[in-house]
Amino acid sequence: MAPRVRAPEGGVGESPLRPDGAAKLRGEFDYAQDLSAEGMLWAATVRSPHARARIVAIDLAPALAIGGVHACLTADDVPGRGTFGLEHPDQPVLAADEVRFWGEPVAVVAAEDPDTARRAAAAIEVRYEELDALTDAEEADRSDEVFRRLRIRRGDQALHGTVVVEGEYEVGMQDQAPLGTEAGLAIPDGEGGVDLYATSQYVHVDHEQVVASLGLRPEQVRAHPTGIGGAFGAREDVNLHIHLCMLALHTGRPVKMVYQRSESFTGHVHRHPAWLRYRHEADEDGRLVRVEARVVIDGGAYASTTSAVLANACYFAVGPYRSDSVSVDGVGARTNNPPCGAMRGFGAVQVCFAYEAQMDRLAGALGMDPLDLRELNALGTGDSMATTGQVIDTPLPTLDVIKSLRAMPLPEPATSAHHSDLPGGSGLTTEPHHVRRGVGYALGLKNLGFSEGSDDYAQARVRLTSEGAVVETAAIEVGQGLVTVLGQIARSALGISNVEVAHVDTSRIDSAGSTSASRQTQLSGGATLEAATRLRHRVLAHHDGDQLDDQGVWRDDELLVEWSALGEEGWEETVTFRHPPTTGPDENGQGVIHADFAVAGHRAVVDVDTELGLVKVVRVDTAQDVGLALNPQSVRGQIEGGILQGVGLAVMEELVMKEGVILNATFTDYLLPTILDAPDVEALLIEREGSWGPFGAKGVGEPPTISSTAAVAAAIRAASGKELNRVPIRPQDIALE
Amino acid sequence: MIVELTVNGEQVTARVTHPGSLLDLLRDDLGLLGSKNACEQGECGSCSVVLDGELVCSCLVMAADAANSSVTTVEGVSPEDGLHPVQEAMHRAGAVQCGFCTPGIVVAAVDLFARNPHPSGTEIKEALAGNICRCTGYGAIIRALEAVEIGAET
Amino acid sequence: MHPKSIDEALAGLGEGAIPLAGGTDLMVEVNFGHIRPEHVIGLRRLAELKEWDGQRIGAGVTWRRIETHGPKGLAEAARTVGSPQIRNAGTIGGNLGTASPAGDGHPFLAAVDASIELTSTASQRTVRWSEFFTGVKETARRPDELITAVHLPAHLPERQCFGKIGIRNAMVIATVCAVVTRADDGKTTVALGSVAPTPIRVTGAETMISSITTPTAGDLVEFQRLVSEEVRPITDHRSTEEYRRHGAGVLARRLLERCLT
Repeated sequence: MAPRVRAPEGGVGESPLRPDGAAKLRGEFDYAQDLSAEGMLWAATVRSPHARARIVAIDLAPALAIGGVHACLTADDVPGRGTFGLEHPDQPVLAADEVRFWGEPVAVVAAEDPDTARRAAAAIEVRYEELDALTDAEEADRSDEVFRRLRIRRGDQALHGTVVVEGEYEVGMQDQAPLGTEAGLAIPDGEGGVDLYATSQYVHVDHEQVVASLGLRPEQVRAHPTGIGGAFGAREDVNLHIHLCMLALHTGRPVKMVYQRSESFTGHVHRHPAWLRYRHEADEDGRLVRVEARVVIDGGAYASTTSAVLANACYFAVGPYRSDSVSVDGVGARTNNPPCGAMRGFGAVQVCFAYEAQMDRLAGALGMDPLDLRELNALGTGDSMATTGQVIDTPLPTLDVIKSLRAMPLPEPATSAHHSDLPGGSGLTTEPHHVRRGVGYALGLKNLGFSEGSDDYAQARVRLTSEGAVVETAAIEVGQGLVTVLGQIARSALGISNVEVAHVDTSRIDSAGSTSASRQTQLSGGATLEAATRLRHRVLAHHDGDQLDDQGVWRDDELLVEWSALGEEGWEETVTFRHPPTTGPDENGQGVIHADFAVAGHRAVVDVDTELGLVKVVRVDTAQDVGLALNPQSVRGQIEGGILQGVGLAVMEELVMKEGVILNATFTDYLLPTILDAPDVEALLIEREGSWGPFGAKGVGEPPTISSTAAVAAAIRAASGKELNRVPIRPQDIALE
Repeated sequence: MIVELTVNGEQVTARVTHPGSLLDLLRDDLGLLGSKNACEQGECGSCSVVLDGELVCSCLVMAADAANSSVTTVEGVSPEDGLHPVQEAMHRAGAVQCGFCTPGIVVAAVDLFARNPHPSGTEIKEALAGNICRCTGYGAIIRALEAVEIGAET
Repeated sequence: MHPKSIDEALAGLGEGAIPLAGGTDLMVEVNFGHIRPEHVIGLRRLAELKEWDGQRIGAGVTWRRIETHGPKGLAEAARTVGSPQIRNAGTIGGNLGTASPAGDGHPFLAAVDASIELTSTASQRTVRWSEFFTGVKETARRPDELITAVHLPAHLPERQCFGKIGIRNAMVIATVCAVVTRADDGKTTVALGSVAPTPIRVTGAETMISSITTPTAGDLVEFQRLVSEEVRPITDHRSTEEYRRHGAGVLARRLLERCLT
């Protein structure tokens, strides 16, 4: 008799290797850009050169005359709903009578090869009548061009503190800039339907919008999860999806499109730039009495997720702190700037930059240590959110985060004179005596999952096969390691090691929801856990066994059923998992708005050449509330990646706009941090039981981006003595008056 | 136009639309999809290959200019089965997330170790300075490359 | 075409072909669809252009070689060009051909009064750097000429220091770049890039500091002020005129300080 197998390998708490890692390392992993089909055509997009204009006429003839061009489509060719949109379908599939942002799609073409497609696109003559463009968010507010206004009032509005600090802050437009650009392939099925393989964070919502705009029945369209080179929010909205399907159905041929980098910058939504006005009032002991905030974000020309981003920004406008009295007014402005939408952090990043600057200023005004002030006002389990009044019933170890940051030893003072250790690097600008070191702290609070009464859920299926088990899901893997973690959850729940995760399309499984809002581990993970757990119980009950492992079903240490036989029995379980319900806001912004929360803190150490304004981010250390680290290595990966994006926003990343036109839509001038810009990171994972996620896990993707920018800014302030109310911080902000 | 060159040790004849790049040739004509196009201006390194012994961005090499040259891509660095020590180290360290930058980093790292079998941390960073990663924050990549043990086969 | 000699290359030029060396500038234009050169002269492997003989650096010499073998000021500049991938392909000749105001290699050439060798089928001439750079991305090269080499003076100043201000630590276009040289006799040259349409020498500041054997702190402050005043930077999406002016002065002063220690 064979001995019992031990606990499964590769379960929760371990860091098993990614199942797609070897393929990615060998260059054999299929991304959307790598797909092809027999007889495939290539598509290109004609875009508006104006921020706002009336379309007078479109002449397709010059393009159609080019050999190898198969189709040129405009708004008139959209078979179904002429608009699309993640929350509100207000964005034209193709502009009809007016273009409302620079880069707005006006027409699409399909041709034999990418070059011909681009030439055809360039040959299409569009006559515009330029109109005045609205490019200022404050002006939009005054003209009532808004997607949403949100008003939050909590506590006695007549309450005031004796120590008052006011400030105005600004956050520039960051871009997600995933390395993989937009790409897709649409294959007509010959029966009026189409299969879509495109970069996405949410195939079911793509499916909905494609079905609506193509005027098809849902079963006629299948959206397939496809390999994707990063997302960070840029892949939630539809961009080329409807265009590809239209062209495929029109030509009867598979159609592929890949955006080049410049077009990618234009072709997806960006992080909302924000203007924030704050007033913090405290009593003499440092207790926060009142926080007033005005939050203005520029949503650009179309709605995208501006409504939700604004809401998030307002709900998190106070941060992880208690306050007796709160007043927040938020504006999601509509302008003729390029549309903004989801980017990792989703509104919480922008307000954190402001409220953490305020907390430091307040500490200064009180003569208090900045961490002491935060400790005194820390929001924890059982407290009510200062903004919404929601009682925090999840573990929220804010005090532990602060304690951990304090306890982390500071690095030794810099002694090296090697250029690689100095600001300016190989530019040789700086000697050690030009450098001031600064340390800054910041805390951030983020919701996990969707909010405001969204019926958010995820479906997953677990099936037993003759080899082991398969987890089927439409949940998109963008690199974060979901595909690894779902396997781990199934292993631990089933008690077996041989588990694979398989992506299936929209026709074969219900929605897993979006890969965003740090929600997939909890939602799809929750569905997987429940499905695997139920399946195990059912199998054991059916065979009257007491143990299940890779060999099969056991009872009293005797193997009852071998796995190969079990695999033939057709066992499967499908679960749709929902989180505890949330509500929308009342007229004062009060409600059980969020599904879960996570808190994180960052401590940045920077060396600043104050005369030249050059910054070296030496370290960014962090303590993050993770619930339970299902895969510690993946969690660390999310933290280090998120922190560097926060560093990017702090010192180098911004889309520069002029009258609605992006001036730096290339990697030459939209600067992403290189390996030489990356700080060292020490990450302390704070685990506490009690969250509703699988095994108590919390989402970890966004918290690293919330307060890392604010911490770096605080450190630069400490080093330079400058106020620095805007990010990204430029050398001139530090060096000049 | 027809271009003859050696790719991953094999003599090949490729057909390319002039004035396309070596990256276009590798991907579109030879079906070697490992090298990626993420910026088409040499600012991200995801198209990195070794051309005549030098690490370059294949998007910046005109295909016609690669005639009679020798090119090594990520496919050429990978062994028939399994992983090169650099790939193995990256796999174990969790240095792969979305993976779009990964082939370029593998090629750049293998090139580094070929020239310098025991690079310092600074040397690793300077060698990878032309490879952008948006997902990992580079921490795991650095840990991976610091842990690489190069055997006799490289 | 792949010429095996400069003469062959020049013949190709005569027929309207475009010269291509490392491709780090030209191919960006091609990839963006801005140009579609039908006929190209591939210079990458032309051995004659890679000759480096004392003070004559062939136009085809890559930044990678200059990093390790070049004179100090130029080697330091080479190390900041792009990335390892760019340095392996990019050449000193290509950098001159593009003649960006921000070219990292240009200030050194200006600081040492280098000349650029231009060759046509009919003749060969060497043009002083100040006559070579005529405007933003404009040079004195005639369409029938190839840049074939850079000539450095036989005697280079004993002290050469390069610096480049950029917003990140690799692959960055200089906000300001500079070279300061100081000879044993005190003669100082100060050249800057990214602060004018072409690389420039700030002669007022040079004259002032060259006559002072042991500059005091006050002298250095004045030197910095003169540099700041003499440069002609612009505001663009990368930086502001004010910062470039300030950065030019500070950088030049620090490079001089380094030369003096």
